[in-house]
Amino acid sequence: MVSHADGGHEHVHAAPTGWIRKYIFSLDHKVIGIQYFLLALFSVFLGMTLSVLMRIHLVWPNIHLPFISGGVMTPEQYLALLTMHGSIMVFMVLTTAPQSGFGNYFLPIQIGAADMAFPVLNMLSFWTTFVSLVVMVCAFFVEEGAPISGWTAYTPLSALGKIVGPGQGTGQTLWVIGLAIFCAASLMGALNFIATLIDLRAPGLSLMRMPLTCWSWFITAILGLLAFGVLLAACALLLLDRVAGTSFFIPGGLVVTDQVISNHSGGSPLLWQHLFWFFGHPEVYIAILPGMGVASHVLSTFARKPVFGYRAMVYAMCGIGFLGFCVWGHHMFISGMSPYSAFAFSIMTMTIGVPSAIKTFNWLGTLWGGKIQFTTAMMFALGFVSLFVTGGLSGLFLAQPSVDLPLHDTYFVVAHFHLIMGVAAIFGIFAATYFWFPKMFGKFLNESVGKIHFWLTFAGVYCIFMPMHFLGIAGHMRRYSDLSGVPYLSGLMGVQYFISIAAFITIGAQLLFLGNFIAGLWGGKKAGVNPWNATTLEWTIPSPPPHDNFAGQIPTVYRGAYEFSVPGEAQDFIMQSALPSEVERQHH
Amino acid sequence: MQKRKPSSAGSTTVAAALAVFLLAFTGITVYLFITKPWWFPKPITEIGILIDSQFHRTLIITGVVFVLAQLGLAWVIFKYRDHGQKAEYFEGNNFFEVVWTLATIVLFVGLGLYAESAWAQVHFQPAQAGDLQIEVTGQQFTWNFRYPGPDGKFGMLKPSMVSASTGNALGLDRSDPEAKDDIVSPILGVPVNREVELLIRSQDVTHSFFVRELRIKQDAVPGMIIHMHFTATQTGEYDLACAELCGLGHYKMSSKLKVMSDADFAEWIKVQVANQ
Amino acid sequence: MPGIVAEELDLHVERGFGGGNPPRGNAGGGDDGRGGGRSIPRRAYITGITLAVAAIMMFFMALTSSYIVRKGTGTDWQAFGMPRVLWANTVILLLSSLTLEMARRQLARGEISAFRNLWALTTGLGLLFVGGQLVAWHQLRAAGVYLSTNPSSSFFYVFTAAHAVHVLGGIFALLFVAFRSWQRSRTTQAIGAEVAGIYWHFLDGLWVFLLLLLSLGR
Repeated sequence: MVSHADGGHEHVHAAPTGWIRKYIFSLDHKVIGIQYFLLALFSVFLGMTLSVLMRIHLVWPNIHLPFISGGVMTPEQYLALLTMHGSIMVFMVLTTAPQSGFGNYFLPIQIGAADMAFPVLNMLSFWTTFVSLVVMVCAFFVEEGAPISGWTAYTPLSALGKIVGPGQGTGQTLWVIGLAIFCAASLMGALNFIATLIDLRAPGLSLMRMPLTCWSWFITAILGLLAFGVLLAACALLLLDRVAGTSFFIPGGLVVTDQVISNHSGGSPLLWQHLFWFFGHPEVYIAILPGMGVASHVLSTFARKPVFGYRAMVYAMCGIGFLGFCVWGHHMFISGMSPYSAFAFSIMTMTIGVPSAIKTFNWLGTLWGGKIQFTTAMMFALGFVSLFVTGGLSGLFLAQPSVDLPLHDTYFVVAHFHLIMGVAAIFGIFAATYFWFPKMFGKFLNESVGKIHFWLTFAGVYCIFMPMHFLGIAGHMRRYSDLSGVPYLSGLMGVQYFISIAAFITIGAQLLFLGNFIAGLWGGKKAGVNPWNATTLEWTIPSPPPHDNFAGQIPTVYRGAYEFSVPGEAQDFIMQSALPSEVERQHH
Repeated sequence: MQKRKPSSAGSTTVAAALAVFLLAFTGITVYLFITKPWWFPKPITEIGILIDSQFHRTLIITGVVFVLAQLGLAWVIFKYRDHGQKAEYFEGNNFFEVVWTLATIVLFVGLGLYAESAWAQVHFQPAQAGDLQIEVTGQQFTWNFRYPGPDGKFGMLKPSMVSASTGNALGLDRSDPEAKDDIVSPILGVPVNREVELLIRSQDVTHSFFVRELRIKQDAVPGMIIHMHFTATQTGEYDLACAELCGLGHYKMSSKLKVMSDADFAEWIKVQVANQ
Repeated sequence: MPGIVAEELDLHVERGFGGGNPPRGNAGGGDDGRGGGRSIPRRAYITGITLAVAAIMMFFMALTSSYIVRKGTGTDWQAFGMPRVLWANTVILLLSSLTLEMARRQLARGEISAFRNLWALTTGLGLLFVGGQLVAWHQLRAAGVYLSTNPSSSFFYVFTAAHAVHVLGGIFALLFVAFRSWQRSRTTQAIGAEVAGIYWHFLDGLWVFLLLLLSLGR
C-alpha cells in the first residue's frame, strides 16, 4: 500500500452506494462511457429505422404505412425523416459512441488514471447530451412534425418559420435548441478529455508512448473544443432570426408563396453556411479519428506486430486535425462563395488527402509481415481499412470544384460521406465493441454470430453505397423524396430498388449485433484479464474493472503500446507496464 | 496465455474469404466504371468536355490507387494469416514514409492544380459583352426565366407585386418602361452556339440551377444575383432540376432547357411574347 | 506478471504525470502532495479553465467574424449611440478583477476574513456590472433601439447578453468558491480561487475587446 500522509482527505470518490449513484448519476467514467454507448445504441437503431422508412418510400411511394396519418408518406414527412436521420446519426451516434463512449471508458484506464480529471463535469456532459437528444426527438411529436431542412439546416429555409414548409415552425426551433444543448455538452466532454490526457498520465507514459486510441481521442477532443463553440454561436443567431426578428441570415425582399417577408432584411444565407461548415468539417474528422485510432490499435494487436510508423501515424492524425479547420469551403463550391476562395479550399482539401493516405499505407505496413488472427474485432478493423480507402478516394472528385460542378448535391456525395462516416466510422465502433466488450463486461460476445454480422454488414454496405456513385454521376439529385418529378430519374429506379433491398438486409443484420450484445450482457462466455494478449494498461486490470480502475496502485509505464513479437522474448507481446527486470529475465 | 488459438485451417478459410471478397468487390467496381451502365449524359458545352476529361483523369488515378489498395489489403490478409509463423518486428521505415508521402503530395496536389483551368473557365472569366442575358429565378417550387426583350434591359421587380396565382410570379412591374418588353417563361430557351449569361437569383429560399448536359450547377441564393455563362453546342431538350433542398416540393421543381437554332429560337421568343 | 506493485515504486506512484519524459523522483504534480493516491493536481484545474477559456473564445470569435462580415457586406448598417453607462460598467469590472487578486493575496497570507471581505466585494462588483448592463439595455430600449432594430443593435445585444451570461456563470463560480465546504474536497480553496480568477480576468479582457469592437468600428 502506498504510504503517504493522508492529510485527512478522502479518496477521489469512494465507491458509490445506492442504485441512483451507481448507475444513474454516476461519477465513474466507466459507467458514463456505457451510458453514452447505450444512448448511441438507441440512437443508431432510431436512425436506421428512419432510413428504412426513407428507403421504402423511395421505391414504393404509394405504399400504405400503418403509423402515418393518411397512410401514404408525404414529401415533407420524407424530408423530416431525412433531416432527423442525419442529425441523429451524426450527433447522437458518431460524435458520442467513438469518443464519449469508448473514450470515456478507456482513456483514463489506458493512461493509468483512476478517472477523468473532472468526474462531475463528466456526469453533467452525459446528462446534457441526453437532454439534447430528448429535445431533438420531441420535434417528431409537435403538431407539424420534425424539420425538413436537412441536418445542415441551410438558411433561409431553416430561419423563416413554418411559412416555408411544414416542420419549419416548432419542429425546427426544437432542433436548434437541442443542437445548442448538444454543443454545450460536447464542449464539457472535450475539456475533460484534454485535461485528463495532459495532466493525469501515469508515470512513464510520455505522449509518444500513448496508444493511438488515446492520440485519436486527444486530437478529436481538441477539434471538438474549438469547433462546437462556433456551432453554438451559429445556433444562437439562427434562433434569434427565428424568434426575435433579427436578420443575421435572412436577406430582404423575400416573397414566400405570394407573401412578402417584410420584417427581415440584409442578412446572408452564406454566413450560416460558413459558420456551420467551419464547425461541420472538423465534425466529420471528430467522427472518423477515433475509428482510425481503434483500427490502428486492433490491427496491431491481432497482427501481433507493432504499428508501422507510429510517429507518422501521430503526425498524420495531427495533420488531419489541423487541416480539418482549413477546408470547410469545399462544401460551398457551388454556393455563390468567391470562386477564388473555392480554389484555395480545393488545394487545402487535396492536401488533407495526404495524411489520410499515409495512414492507409501504414495500416497495410502494420499487416505486412504479421501473424493475423481473424477475431471479429480484427475483421471489422480490416473492413475499416477497405471502406476508408473507398470512401476517401471519392472525396478526391468532390475536392476539385470543376469536377464538383456536376456531382455536388447528388448521390455521389451521399455515397462518399456514408462510406466514410456511415460505414467506416461505424466499423470502428464495431471493432471497438467486439474488442473491448470482454473487458467492460467480463464476458465475450459470441464470435460466430459476430462474424456473420461482419459478413452481412460488409457485403451489405458496399451493395448499398457503391451504386450510389453511379446515381450521382448520372445526375440523381440528393434529398429528393420522389423520383417522379424529373424525367431522367425514372431510368435510375432499378438502382434504387437494389439499394433499398440491400439496405433492408443490412439493417436487418444489425439485429444480430443487438441480440449478440444483449445475450453477451446476460450470459456470454467468461473473459479473463487479458484474453487477446494485448499490451495496453486496460488489460492489466480485472474484467470488468473495479470502481477505481487500478485499486489505488497506479501503474508505471516502461515502453510504448505496441511491443508485439519482439525478437528473443518468450511471449509475442510485452505489456506496457511490465517491469524491465521481468522482461530482461524472460529474454533469451 | 492464449485462450483461443484459431487453427491454421480456420484462419486460411477466413483469410481466403476476405481476400476473395475484396477481389470480387474490386473487380465488380472496376467493371462497372468501365462499362458505365449509368453515366453522365453527353456534354453539350466546351466546359463540359473539359470537366469530363478532368473527371476521367481523376478516375484513372483514384482507380489505380483503389485497385492497388484493395488488392494490397487482400494480399496481406492472405499472405500473413496466422499459419503458425512468427510475426516480424519492425516499427516502420522512414524511407518508405518519405517516398509515399511525397508521391501522394505530388499526385493529389498536382491533380488539384490541374483542375484549376476548367474552374477558371467557368468562374474566373467573365461573360462576354454581347451575351444574351437571361435572369433565372428559383422559388418554391418553380423556375422562371426572364428575357430582357429588345431593349436589352431588365425591368423592375417588386416583391409586393408578386402574385403567382395571377400569373406574375416574379413581381414584374409592367408600368416600368423597361419592363414592358420583358419576357417571362417557365422554360429556359437558348440559341445554340451562342454564349449565354445567366443571372441566377431566388425569391425565397436557396435553390440550385442544374442541367446535367451543361455540367453546370449554381446555387440560387436569395439576396444575391450570381452570374454564370455557358455556350450550348447541341440543340435539344434537356431536363433542368433543382439541386438544393428547398422544401417539400424540392423533388418536383424541374423545368427544361431548350437549345435551339437561331431561327427556332427567334420563333420561340415570338411565341413567348404572345403569351405574356 | 504484468502490473505494478506499489512498494517497488513508492516514489513514482500516484499522481498523473504530464511532460514528455518519464518522471524522475517524486517530482510531484505541482500540488502539495496530499490526497490518498488520487488527488487531482492543481495543474489539471488550470488546464481545465484554460481550455474552457479557449472554447469560449471560439464562440465569441465566431460572433466577431459574423459581425465583421455583416458590417462589411451589408448596406443597412446604422450606428447608434452607445449608452455611457457602459464605460462605468467597464471600470466596475476592471475594479472587480483588482479586488479579486487582492482577495487571493490575502488568502495566501492566511488572512481569512480579509479574503472573505474582498471576495464579497468582487462578487458585489460583478453583480453591479450585470445590473449596469441591464441599465444600458433599458436606456437603449427607451431610445427605441431593440434587438431587431438594426443589425448593429442585434450584434450589440447578442454580444453584451452572451458576455453577461458568462459573467453570471462567473458570479456563480465566485459564490461556489466562497461557500463550498473545502474540507471535503479533493482540492483547496486557494486553487478554486485561482481558477475562478483566471475565468474572471478572461471575462474582463473579453469585455474590453467587445467594447472596443462595438465602439471603434462605428
